[in-house]
Amino acid sequence: MSDVFDRVKKIVIEHLDADADKVVENASFIDDLGADSLDTVELVMAFEEEFGVEIPDDAAEKIQTVGDAVKFISANAG
Amino acid sequence: MFDLTGKKALVTGATGGIGGAIARGLHAAGAQVALSGTRQEALDALVAELPGSVALACNLSDPAEADALVGRAEEALGGLDILVANAGITKDGLLMRMKDEDFERVLDVNLGSYFRLARAASKGMMKRRLGRIIAITSVVGVTGNPGQANYAASKAGMIGFTKSIAQELASRGITANCIAPGFIVSPMTDALNEAQKEAITKSIPAARLGQPDDIAAAVVYLASDQASYVTGQTLHVNGGMAMI
Repeated sequence: MSDVFDRVKKIVIEHLDADADKVVENASFIDDLGADSLDTVELVMAFEEEFGVEIPDDAAEKIQTVGDAVKFISANAG
Repeated sequence: MFDLTGKKALVTGATGGIGGAIARGLHAAGAQVALSGTRQEALDALVAELPGSVALACNLSDPAEADALVGRAEEALGGLDILVANAGITKDGLLMRMKDEDFERVLDVNLGSYFRLARAASKGMMKRRLGRIIAITSVVGVTGNPGQANYAASKAGMIGFTKSIAQELASRGITANCIAPGFIVSPMTDALNEAQKEAITKSIPAARLGQPDDIAAAVVYLASDQASYVTGQTLHVNGGMAMI
């Protein structure tokens, strides 16, 4: 779990140019980290690439926080 | 005037009259060019003429090949800054006699492949925060033309598609524009008889057919850094035959 969180955090920091200490489990990509709708699509694609997991559109819509992403990836990757 | 040194471009339909001129124009402005087409010999001849360019044989009517083409270009060139979706076909006929397959095939190749190429190219361009997507459409996509309902629909579709992706991608430094040629000298217009050519020329204020280089010049402009504030537009290059 923590490994997934760290890798997700790294991707989020890279893509959104976000402060590391703001990328916490309950941080919302859009409300807290300054992402726009295109950023969220890019993040989902980056997660898919990093973890070799497919994130369907209906699941992607529900991934709104860092924790949502970690939870989905932990449950579906590898 | 427009410097494309270091830029990497993919041109589809590069072995056609307009496609070849576009490839030469981009190359002359300094870009490294990947040339896509269905005829290997013609591609090889163009590669020999344009040092540093690469040939990527591809049949864009096959969705899997269309999906893969941008990746092949990125690998061969080390990235992709400029996509010129130029490949297109016609299957002319009057509505009452138009077969399903003639309609579907023209839509698939002209509009479908553009969608697949743009989707693939946008991923790398988004990451690099820079890109130029240029679609070669046609004046008939705006004016219509009897006997070309399928072709005109595909070309009008490309315009609407371009306007939509231009809005999606603008914040990432990517522009998407169309160029709409009028009557350009090509194997397609060579097939017309003298009477047809004369009738066409009468409808063009410039009183002549266009040259492939007229289109290439428009591509080089839209591909340049200087055109970074131009997006979602259709640039008509037609000697004034339609003013839209």
